[in-house]
Amino acid sequence: MAAKYELKLGAATREAFGKALVELGKADENVVVCDADLSKSTFTHLFGKEFPNRFFSCGIAEANMVSIGAGLASSGKVAFVASFSAFVLNKGFEQLRVNVAYSGVPLKVVGTHSGISIGEDGPSQMSVEDISLACSLAGFTVISPADEVAMFSLVKQAAYHPGAVFIRAGRVKVPVIYGPEQKFEIGKGIQLTEGTDLTFISTGLMVAECLKAAAALEAEGISARVIDLHTIKPIDREIIAKAAAETGCIVVAEEHLVDSGLGVRLAQVVAETHPCVMEFHGINNTYAESGLPEEVLEKYKMTAADVADTARKALARKKG
Amino acid sequence: MTRTSDLSELQSIARTVRRDIIEMIGAAKSGHPGGSLSAVEILVTLYFDVMKHDPANPTWPQRDRFILSKGHAAPVLYSVMAETGYTPKDQLNTLRRIGSIYQGHPDRRFIPALEASTGSLGVGLSLGLGMAEAAKLDKSPSRTYVVLGDGEIQEGQIWEAAMYAGFHKVDNIVAILDNNRIQLDGWVKDIMAIEPLAEKWAAFGWHVIEVDGHDIVALQAAFAEAEATKGKPSILIAHTVKGKGVSFMENNPKYHGVAPTKEEVELALKEIG
Ligand SMILES: Cc1ncc(C[n+]2csc(CCOP(=O)(O)OP(=O)(O)O)c2C)c(N)n1
Ligand SMILES: [Mg+2]
Repeated sequence: MAAKYELKLGAATREAFGKALVELGKADENVVVCDADLSKSTFTHLFGKEFPNRFFSCGIAEANMVSIGAGLASSGKVAFVASFSAFVLNKGFEQLRVNVAYSGVPLKVVGTHSGISIGEDGPSQMSVEDISLACSLAGFTVISPADEVAMFSLVKQAAYHPGAVFIRAGRVKVPVIYGPEQKFEIGKGIQLTEGTDLTFISTGLMVAECLKAAAALEAEGISARVIDLHTIKPIDREIIAKAAAETGCIVVAEEHLVDSGLGVRLAQVVAETHPCVMEFHGINNTYAESGLPEEVLEKYKMTAADVADTARKALARKKG
Repeated sequence: MTRTSDLSELQSIARTVRRDIIEMIGAAKSGHPGGSLSAVEILVTLYFDVMKHDPANPTWPQRDRFILSKGHAAPVLYSVMAETGYTPKDQLNTLRRIGSIYQGHPDRRFIPALEASTGSLGVGLSLGLGMAEAAKLDKSPSRTYVVLGDGEIQEGQIWEAAMYAGFHKVDNIVAILDNNRIQLDGWVKDIMAIEPLAEKWAAFGWHVIEVDGHDIVALQAAFAEAEATKGKPSILIAHTVKGKGVSFMENNPKYHGVAPTKEEVELALKEIG
């Protein structure tokens, strides 16, 4: 039942990432981190303070940083590179493709300030295409945790996960969904609530919005399942196919361009397994704008109420 | 708009612009005061004296082009654009609010008179080169001015542009390096030193002019020297103070991207006068 989630505001996922790095660094002196003049924003400064010898300051030069990280990773280091998602992916894409993906190098890439929820800085720093870009790198694992608990656990696993990994982190504080005992497995989605009428499948900060939407729909007598797909690639076919078969209706919500993110990847799985009614909730072919994070999210329809509206539309279609 | 070459008038405008910056960022409760304040004299000298442009006719083909490649210093650009009459002054304090034309970083969707939407560092000089080359093709006297940050020039694309400009003798472009010695996480010398600057740019084929970036008369002379230099691109290495004009912000890396509190706004306005 969606109502069982209190959703108290917790830390930003970028902060949990920074804390996980420090733990990793303490346990393994092979862990190294590269920064491109954003260490205080990405929280890699925590690692830099503890382990200055293993912290590489690259200046404002993301492409160079990615290739340096690839060199470290191909020399046996557990190497992380981090910047705003928009900069590390857009500026470093050629390097990610050739030096990392194509070369089979297990670099760990972390993009913070993803989505539009960064707020005031506006579109040049926002990242609404990062899921698309990261997923288009062959062999990459792409992770998008919904809260600090998930981020902390998944960063620690990603460090030793075979192959290259991209992790999507956010700027703003987000509600805590998971208890401290929750287990996460890369590649396996998590069903948060039972539900029979429809399934919300989401990632990142939209998972909490889907939980709130499910609670609102519950009051209308609608039973909504909620799934957190913290790993976008490889995608959890089993949990998706099961949701499609059992609820016959899937609503995908993401803080990303709607035509190139989680939804389209999910639709492929649904088409190949149990075709059913689907609706896609995301950002429609535009760049957002500056504003307070909550105002921007509201204007671009990234709230529980908007997601619930999309769900009602999907249900109406399901009833035909 | 009122053009002027008069020193005391330009200094007085610079004071107004500094006040605008502090008030805007104070009202927004977020933004980048340090790198806005360091570029005040550079932008005031350009917009009020050096550049040929017409706020009443922003699409005039022969206008000079201006690109704030270090887009996070948007408040200084918004202030001079408002003070010259491109955009409404009374909306400056809507900076960074939802729906405001004064976006966190310069955004052409909201202010069409902007030559470029910036905010991702490292791309502005190349963009300016395209505009400068277009002016040459069109036999237009238009000149292009690009303001760069000293942290920004760590981006490799800056040096690709530098090489192009030297090789192709693009002499209708002027880069202005706001050499305030501080970037986001601290001092440039501690993050990725960029010295020796003059030698680097000269080696890439540029005419290098070192100038005190807060001395308006020196800036006027430097821009004149750049215009008189044929067959080579020019760069002003403007030695500046990050946070200039507000004692507690000067040379203080903290104020790269932190807004002044209400009390700090009052203090700053008193100091600026
Ligand atoms: C490509 C890119 N990487 C990182 C950033 C984040 N960022 C914004 S300002 C800044 C520091 C800029 O320093 P500098 O160029 O010296 O500017 P100034 O001192 O004039 O403010 C950084 C790293 C960015 N905007 N773009
Ligand atoms: Mg600087």
